[in-house]
Amino acid sequence: MGFALVMLIATLFFGMLASFSYLNPEFYNQYIPFYQLRPMHVSAALFWIIGGATSCLLFFKKEVSEEGAKRTIAERLFINLWMITVVVIFLFYSFKKFGGREYWEFPPFLCLPLLISWLALMVAWFKAWLKAKDYPLYVWMWTAGICFFLFTFLEQNLYQIPWFRQSFLKEVIVQWKSNGSMVGSWNQIIYGCSLFLMVTLTGEDSIARTKTAYYFFFLSITNMMFNWGHHIYNVPSASWLRDVAYGISMTEWLFFIKMLQSFKEKMDERRKFKHLITYKFLIAAEVWVFFNLTLALLMSIPAINRYTHGTHVTVAHAMGTTIGINTMILMAAMSYILRVDELEIRDKRWVHWGYYISQASLVVFWVSLIIAGFLKGTRQFNFPHITYQELMVPVNYWLRVLSFSGAFLLLGFLLMLKTYFKALRKA
Amino acid sequence: MLHTDARHGGFLIFYRFLTFFLQDLSKIFTILTILFMLFSIAIYKNGNLEPKHLPSSKIMAGWKTWQDKNCQSCHQLFGLGGYLGPDLTNSVTEKGKPYLKVFVQYGTARMPNFKLKEQEADEVIEFLAWVDSSGKSRVPAEAVEWTGNYKLQER
Ligand code: HEC
Ligand code: HEM
Repeated sequence: MGFALVMLIATLFFGMLASFSYLNPEFYNQYIPFYQLRPMHVSAALFWIIGGATSCLLFFKKEVSEEGAKRTIAERLFINLWMITVVVIFLFYSFKKFGGREYWEFPPFLCLPLLISWLALMVAWFKAWLKAKDYPLYVWMWTAGICFFLFTFLEQNLYQIPWFRQSFLKEVIVQWKSNGSMVGSWNQIIYGCSLFLMVTLTGEDSIARTKTAYYFFFLSITNMMFNWGHHIYNVPSASWLRDVAYGISMTEWLFFIKMLQSFKEKMDERRKFKHLITYKFLIAAEVWVFFNLTLALLMSIPAINRYTHGTHVTVAHAMGTTIGINTMILMAAMSYILRVDELEIRDKRWVHWGYYISQASLVVFWVSLIIAGFLKGTRQFNFPHITYQELMVPVNYWLRVLSFSGAFLLLGFLLMLKTYFKALRKA
Repeated sequence: MLHTDARHGGFLIFYRFLTFFLQDLSKIFTILTILFMLFSIAIYKNGNLEPKHLPSSKIMAGWKTWQDKNCQSCHQLFGLGGYLGPDLTNSVTEKGKPYLKVFVQYGTARMPNFKLKEQEADEVIEFLAWVDSSGKSRVPAEAVEWTGNYKLQER
């Protein structure tokens, strides 16, 4: 878990540098160019989220299955191999050795130790799974997440088979099929953690057993499997692919309606638990789900996607969800595991300050990305013949706002993490 | 109970999985997974339109350079990739090979100079030309239907 938190700091730090190099590439190209900073940032983000999610999972697993506190061999293999590989990946980046595919920008043979490590995690999980007394919804979500991660991870590497590279379109489609579903798989793990926390905080076991809850679980699984086509609407694929993606994506309006319906209940619940740090983060995540879902639903309509695809609106969506939702839930889960709520008020004050600073700056951050993206999207249709530099002039202004708010985001997280690390040393 | 017994024999573990998959919820899950697998195979086989021609070894070499130098961190193909530089999907048709080659060989103030050899630069351009031949990245306004969906031209 400590390692995952270090990854979080690395993400923020490289993100900061990447955004500066965006504004001033001439300068950064001499020292540490964007094509090095971006992989460092994005991989650190990925490993923060996956590493954070799995470390929470390993902890909660013990509570579900009544296993002892001792780590099994499989768990240790997973943790150590994972950490070593991530360090090696960063070494490769620092020597400018890349694999050159989006998000997994390291040389592909490094996927092998990651795969072995993941298989070890699966062994550890299914051992506990066999011992579990019953299967509330969060156990389902964790199991589904772990299995689908394996599938998408393998699929992500299918391009090693030459047949998949005989057509550039096939390459793009299969790559985004796997990327798109992979996000869904770690979301299952993370949302599972959030549900588990809700059950423990409120003491109401029934939340994880209602029919509606299961209904929405299957809806989310269906989306994980079939909605990824919205990443590649503009790619000349078979048209049934686009139809399926559009149709399935639109079922997410049901989530939207459900959120609106349960708004009042949430407000009552909030009154009861708002003093808890864990709960605070969960609520922040819910609010960000709402905003990001709205954006995602709009972007999933091809006619709108035409303007947002390939612009910073996509980045707003990516970072809005990874920071606003995934990171907030992980912060909640970790505060529960590390018992941050039981620390002295003096320590908790840092978390409160950091919390408000990061939420406020994230709003500015997110909005500036959306504006930057829309400007680029509309300008490239309105002025198809100007040079790229001219196209970007007004966009860069908003990217400056982004950098500035990103600095505050970093500050906010550092304040919170100061306390988290203190709690980690204690635990 | 079963969960203690299960430790002792492969058969009991198998039995436990079996009973699990006979539950209602598991049935839904299994059906969805099977559908997903069929869908995946359909995508691999028929998801894309066939390319105009297969990639030559020159194109493959250019593709490798594209990946080794991580060009995608700044450039997009079909709108996917990093956003510091422009989308290059159709740059060969729009700007022509000689124009692009200057960028690839020497870089600019904003784009680093990768010191590619003449041959490597040519290969990258060939790769970009091949990508270009697979379709248009920007969707024309006429393609948007009343449903909000696209109807892209099928070659
Ligand atoms: C650090 C980011 C960065 C990296 C990495 C990068 N480029 Fe660029 N590239 C740019 C920018 C920015 C421009 C636009 C020209 C400008 O603003 O100076 C550009 C322009 C181009 C152009 C001209 C496009 C046009 O329409 O005018 C080509 C071709 C090109 N790059 C190819 C490549 C190739 C091939 C690689 C990998 C070997 C690569 N680039 C790596 C940033 C980058
Ligand atoms: C917890 C914190 C963060 C997470 C999880 C995160 C996650 C991500 C992800 C997933 C991407 C890929 C986006 C895409 O391809 O669409 C990305 C890109 C990026 N992020 Fe972050 N990010 C974080 C913080 C920051 C901060 C603080 C900054 C600095 C202001 C920043 C600047 C950037 C930049 C410049 C890019 C590249 C956009 C491009 O493709 O051109 N990030 N981030």
